[in-house]
Amino acid sequence: MSQLSVRHLLGIKELTIDDIELIFETASNFKEIINRPIKKVPSLRDITIANVFFESSTRTRLSFELAEKRLSADVINFSSSTSSVKKGETLLDTVNNILAMKVDMVVIRHSSPGAPHFLARHIKANIVNAGDGTHEHPTQALLDTFSMRLHFGSLKGLKVAIIGDIMHSRVAISNIFALQKLGAEVMVCGPNTLIPIHISELGVKVELEVRKALEWCDVANILRIQLERQQIKYFPSLREYALYYGVNKQLLDSIKKEILIMHPGPINRGVEISSDVADSDHSIILEQVENGVAIRMAVLYLLADSPLAN
Amino acid sequence: MQKRLILDSRLIDITIDRLCQQLIENHQHFSDTVLIGLQPRGIFFSRLIRQRINKLISVELPLGYLDTTFYRDDFRRRDVPKKANETRINFIIEDKNVILIDDVLFTGRSVRAALDAMLAFGRPSRVELLVLVNRKYSRDLPIEPDYVGRNVNTIDSQIVRVEWKEQGDKENSILLLNTNMKR
Repeated sequence: MSQLSVRHLLGIKELTIDDIELIFETASNFKEIINRPIKKVPSLRDITIANVFFESSTRTRLSFELAEKRLSADVINFSSSTSSVKKGETLLDTVNNILAMKVDMVVIRHSSPGAPHFLARHIKANIVNAGDGTHEHPTQALLDTFSMRLHFGSLKGLKVAIIGDIMHSRVAISNIFALQKLGAEVMVCGPNTLIPIHISELGVKVELEVRKALEWCDVANILRIQLERQQIKYFPSLREYALYYGVNKQLLDSIKKEILIMHPGPINRGVEISSDVADSDHSIILEQVENGVAIRMAVLYLLADSPLAN
Repeated sequence: MQKRLILDSRLIDITIDRLCQQLIENHQHFSDTVLIGLQPRGIFFSRLIRQRINKLISVELPLGYLDTTFYRDDFRRRDVPKKANETRINFIIEDKNVILIDDVLFTGRSVRAALDAMLAFGRPSRVELLVLVNRKYSRDLPIEPDYVGRNVNTIDSQIVRVEWKEQGDKENSILLLNTNMKR
């Protein structure tokens, strides 16, 4: 297998295990390249990529942009706050206008679930989903599982707890799909109000106590409380959340085993994770960021690598 | 598919010996020389060259593997995408004499990509090309080898296949296959 089974990366759900393996293998090659003194390859020199972000982002946008530049692609950036979207233009019109400027690929983040799927049905360019509402965030899940794999060698039988705001998290959904495809066991943990009612139908364990989740898992992927998506109050106060669900050193020390700590960022220090945990030796948060560039290079490279006739 | 044996394992052995003697003649003590095998199929041959030089004059030459996939000029133009392989060069090639090693030289495009890929590891003082099989009259680019194991005259529809025991084949051999394929 040297080709993906899909033309767009819309979600992890649509990927086969072979696709994921191919992305990982290609990403390991790119990881070697981005650690060289000269970090650039000429592969995508005749490709133009538009980063279309209808929602704010630091890490993902920078990571994509860096990945594109390391592959020698031409890059244009668009963010909704400074564009004609404010004047009432529709999503399809905006993107069609961008495509009229001869763009080959579109990396899109949007607050509506399904926005990338809608575009994929209507336009010719390859679409990469960089997060659509509370639905999926495939590149984040790929880089998370890639980081775990580099650490453990294989994900078969690995126990991963996803802790925090599961309800509003696209990272959680994509991670669940990716982890299950790779053979890991998944548990979600958080306050009852932040766990979707039917989530156990995806085949994940549900746990309401952080201590029990930590005692069970090998890896804790800690998520941020997404206040911007919460229209109503799901818990009394951030302070209370930190008290009951925050992961701190004292709690980890009381559990007699090593747990790998991950976080997709941005971190709210002192809320879901304390500083001494985020900066500890068990945390691979910054490694995740590095792997993110390699994974995104692999995704863009593999999606672009279909004959020009298509 | 018609098959013809060009070299068997005994003759490959003699050829490797001759190539190493030529290298020794030109590089003497190999003080500033490094070897780079091209992925995917040049690496087996490059290992054999390194072993033989070590046997002949007891010099352990640095050997790296270079993958050219991301530097190729046929990206999006080929029917089946190429899969990338590992690049492993644990030394700097700045001011070194580099010997690029591949099994078959055909159009010269892989070597062009390799020259490009190599620059990420420094500016070599000199680069030479060593190939086991040189398919003559089939070059797309002005690239010629410095050391040749065997020259063969081929047409485009033929395939030169090098088999290595180390790679799981029965024995080391070079075969010429006739196909109906168009390049």
